[in-house]
Amino acid sequence: PVGFLKSCNTEGGARFELHHGTTTLSFKFKHGVIVAVDSRASTGSYIATCEYNKVIEINPYLLGTMSGSAADCKYWERLLAKECRLYRLRNNHRISVAAASKLLCNMMLGYRGMGLSVGSMICGWDKEGPGIYYVDDNGNRLSGRMFSTGSGSNYAYGVLDSGYKEDMTVEEAYELGRRGIVHATHRDSYSGGVVNMYHIQEDGWIKVCKDDVSELLHHYKKGMF
Amino acid sequence: MEYLIGIQGPDFVLVAADNVAASSIIQMKHDYDKMFKLSEKILLLCVGEAGDTVQFAEYIQKNVQLYKMRNGYELSPSAAANFTRKNLADYLRSRTPYHVNLLLAGYDDADGPGLFYMDYLSSLAKAPFAAHGYGAFLTLSILDRDYKPDLTREEAMNILRKCVEELNKRFILNLHSFNVRLIDKDGIHDMEKLTVGAK
Repeated sequence: PVGFLKSCNTEGGARFELHHGTTTLSFKFKHGVIVAVDSRASTGSYIATCEYNKVIEINPYLLGTMSGSAADCKYWERLLAKECRLYRLRNNHRISVAAASKLLCNMMLGYRGMGLSVGSMICGWDKEGPGIYYVDDNGNRLSGRMFSTGSGSNYAYGVLDSGYKEDMTVEEAYELGRRGIVHATHRDSYSGGVVNMYHIQEDGWIKVCKDDVSELLHHYKKGMF
Repeated sequence: MEYLIGIQGPDFVLVAADNVAASSIIQMKHDYDKMFKLSEKILLLCVGEAGDTVQFAEYIQKNVQLYKMRNGYELSPSAAANFTRKNLADYLRSRTPYHVNLLLAGYDDADGPGLFYMDYLSSLAKAPFAAHGYGAFLTLSILDRDYKPDLTREEAMNILRKCVEELNKRFILNLHSFNVRLIDKDGIHDMEKLTVGAK
């Protein structure tokens, strides 16, 4: 894989990204964790599909998001799901979010420098409460209240940071998640499609919605004029 | 972009690190702790390439703990520093070198306080004061000017505050909060976080 990727590098050093371009976000608030992702999978400037699910349901209380190379994310997070299931069977209690993210981080570190491209958020609810861990192919592993990854993440941060309140109601949080993805997809050409949103509560996650981005944007703009 | 600083006094070591975990132009975390507790009286401050920092620091941390379990007593700061440097040196000419810059601060019951500066090329120097990062260019001269070997804890804190003020005045990046810890014969003490209001 290293040799192949090297051969794809142009003189200017621009990498040939296989499937790249996403906006994903997640944040903790009073009533749990919101996870929202877009659904466009792009190969360079070609849109491979507009309905790609970038959230991997590891188990009923753990979710993983995908950004970077779709193949890498899908494979490694499925492997993580397998490891989490084995942990549950061997130890008779569910794996914590911290441990699951550490497992993924160590997998990434095992292939350090070999060209993996993964930017993932492992979100869930365990004994310690709600948890979000950002894990990427560099071996970064950060725990936090709010993260956004992908090419559109900068735009999402702007909307999230200005609209976030700790004591939001559930409806307000759903709206903030939607807004974050919609405004990011509007500005970033590599993000688009639909907003897939999940809400993680104490007893597991629920899928909230799957709204088309352009319809939502039209709805927001209509309110302006 | 990241900043570490250490000041050694006659019977203590004061260390501080910024709290930002960044990824290209984005601050991903504002309250990230860059200090790793190796033992009751040794702290390792670690900055550098993402992933390498935590991986290397945790590796050293676990090995120091292992030494304690095997032998019944803890490694001295000087021994821990040399162990760390040896590991950096061994990996330096391998396929996967660790790109990390370190400050190791500790208190030895026999030798007193010690501050060790290490960088990614596995150099090691015991120094009365040291700093890592772009911020070091701005603050080492302040340390040169105001440091004296017999300074009190208050004086050390004041020098630290001066350094942070200078960073806020002249450094283009916004480093708005710093973790501060002090190590003396009674162990590691968390000091008040140094935060600076918006410019």
